[in-house]
Amino acid sequence: MDYIVSLFQSLTIQALAPTTAAFAIAAIGLNIHFGFAGLLNIGQAAFLLLGAYGFAIATERGVPIFGAVLVALVIALLFALILGLPTLKLRGDYLAIVTISAAEIIRMVGRSSILTDLTGGSNGITGNSYNAPFNALSPLPNGTTIILWFDYDNNGVNGWWIRIVGWGLVAVFSLLVWALSRSPWGRLLKGIREDEDAVRSLGKNVYSYKLQALILGGLIGAVAGIVYVLPSSVQPDGLGRSTTFFIYTALLLGGAATVFGPVLGAILFFVMRLLIQSLAQTFIPSQIMGSQQAVQFSYILVGAALMCLIIFRPQGILGNKRELAFSV
Amino acid sequence: MILAPTNTPPVRTHRSLVLLAATLLLALLASFSSLAFGVGAAHAATTACVTDATTACIQGTLLRSDGKPATGVTISAKSPTGTSISGVTDGSGRWSIPVKSNGTFTVTLDEKSLPSGQYLANEKTNDRQVSVTLGSSAGTIFQLSTTKGAVIDNNSTGNDFSFQRLAQQAASGLRLGLLLALAAIGLSLVYGTTGLQSFAHGEQVTLGGLLAYTFANVLGLPLILAAVITVVISAATGFFQDQLIWKPLRKKGLSLTQLMIVTIGLSIALQYAFQYFYGAATVRISIANPKTVDIGGVVLTVQSYVAMGISVVVLVLSGLFLLKTRTGRATRAVSDNPALAAASGIDVDRIIRLVWTIAAGLAGLSGVMLGLVLNGVNWELGLQILLLIFAAVTLGGLGTAFGALIGSLIVGMIVELTNLVLPGDFKYATALFILIIILMFRPQGIFGRRERIG
Repeated sequence: MDYIVSLFQSLTIQALAPTTAAFAIAAIGLNIHFGFAGLLNIGQAAFLLLGAYGFAIATERGVPIFGAVLVALVIALLFALILGLPTLKLRGDYLAIVTISAAEIIRMVGRSSILTDLTGGSNGITGNSYNAPFNALSPLPNGTTIILWFDYDNNGVNGWWIRIVGWGLVAVFSLLVWALSRSPWGRLLKGIREDEDAVRSLGKNVYSYKLQALILGGLIGAVAGIVYVLPSSVQPDGLGRSTTFFIYTALLLGGAATVFGPVLGAILFFVMRLLIQSLAQTFIPSQIMGSQQAVQFSYILVGAALMCLIIFRPQGILGNKRELAFSV
Repeated sequence: MILAPTNTPPVRTHRSLVLLAATLLLALLASFSSLAFGVGAAHAATTACVTDATTACIQGTLLRSDGKPATGVTISAKSPTGTSISGVTDGSGRWSIPVKSNGTFTVTLDEKSLPSGQYLANEKTNDRQVSVTLGSSAGTIFQLSTTKGAVIDNNSTGNDFSFQRLAQQAASGLRLGLLLALAAIGLSLVYGTTGLQSFAHGEQVTLGGLLAYTFANVLGLPLILAAVITVVISAATGFFQDQLIWKPLRKKGLSLTQLMIVTIGLSIALQYAFQYFYGAATVRISIANPKTVDIGGVVLTVQSYVAMGISVVVLVLSGLFLLKTRTGRATRAVSDNPALAAASGIDVDRIIRLVWTIAAGLAGLSGVMLGLVLNGVNWELGLQILLLIFAAVTLGGLGTAFGALIGSLIVGMIVELTNLVLPGDFKYATALFILIIILMFRPQGIFGRRERIG
């Protein structure tokens, strides 16, 4: 019984962790690309990494916090333009190759030794060099607060403040997507996803709408990157291809083209993985499966889950199969 | 490319398949038997630190000044709270220290534990500040020298241009290009016949390398036999993959985007399966010291020449197969227009199954040889070269086998020649950058046709 209680507690702690919030925000951004506009962006991790770099480096150079966020957003905007302008006229699978390649270039350049002064090379940037201004914004009094089994510092590096801001942003962006999906702009995006030529024949500039979607989703991705690195540090290798694929898994699990799908998917992604890992570590003897192997086993199941989801339930948990057409 | 005459009887793929497999194997045998590789006894993977949610790794490889691994050297990491954890370099010079908290660690090399005659270069920087985040790994590099108190300036060495270096890098580029081409042609054929861009193709390459390691080093089979078994098993994985996954999904009518995401899922599952069974460390297929050959100042290992020879032979055979045999012509017909090919009596499903089999077999062969040439295989091998393969295939023109070959050679050259002008960190980035530039100006690639880009 104690085991079940402690397992339940650690699962809920994982569900509300800042990393989960960052993943949810990244998935909301990706949802605008993939779910609404049908853009196959498999370089979402690059938006996160650029956002994180922009924020961390600007803060290190003494830019105030909102200026640093602005720097992150401008960098993500430029990246979206560079990525989108030449490729959005091409077929979808070309966009896929270009986005994944561009994301790898960003990561490789970021971790290269000649940029050590700027990006810290492959070691990245430590959290305490940029998280102080964020913590200083906190209106909470110092000390710790315990709600049920959630026991954190009010302000600290990984405390209540980052959780409140992270999940607050999740709520704000969800609301934004809800509003957009009901707007003429959102309906047009869905139209492009379903039948580009039909939308074009109505006299709409498809290319321009796709670019707007790419930019909006990318900016949200940059914010996700900031939330992702605030409690830890900027690690270029921690925001590589695998991250993009996990964001896809979360999005498809919850349901692409829905409002709450990305949020539900991100929470379930982390909770299910931790559950599998904990159960495997507890109940499978370590001679058969070591604790490292239990972690790897949980990721094998993530891969298998992604395959099964897209084959048997491409609309995810919350989605509507009729609405989601994979057009490419 | 109007190939398939009407009223053709169904193409007999089985005989050609057997023939092709036989020639591939013969070529392999012939090239490998000219050499006697000294394959040592079982060489188990070292248990290295693996990152997870509660563990981060500080790691690196320590080499002696002559480039050989320095074993038995103690390196310790001191956490911000003052606790110290240490690690010792293993037989290949690798060290890793598992740590359980975030923060900046002070990493120090114990100079007393160095082999005799070896001293730490740049002693002033012995205490390194390494920032660690749980779930990821951080690295730092210590350099050794034969003189005490040596100072090595890494920014000035290695970037002097000379024709000697140009020739050496070009030879390495040709080698990488030829080995990439083996994998790229398979990917290109699969794309040509089914329209699918398989993200799991890199893992097919890794599988080849790891299987060769299993047979040659763990089970102690002769390398040549291990390579043959590896190619056969790899080809079989392609065959069964098509039978069990891709054919049913084609029948189910999944879109190409969905299929592509399926391959991403498969690739994630395979990567972690490799880690599950082989660990995260790099394993070496042959542990004997490779001999080198010097031709006109270009120094490559014997394995490299053999690997290049084998891939030229196999590439020529694949070309002849596509151009001269009935099945090869049928394959090109399916690439060109599956519906028309089916209407003219070609069994499209059978051709696609054959293409998957060949593609996986060639990727496996590529993995074996990359493992030999690059001095090791780990679970990331395929992940690292997948984008290079994509770049090669896209450069040459998606879906054209000949284009894939040329594209691979160009990509291999770009990767290795970049070292002449830019630091090594940029070699893959340059290849991908050129891929993006090409897509902007000639999206159909060098040999592709306009109609393929929509």
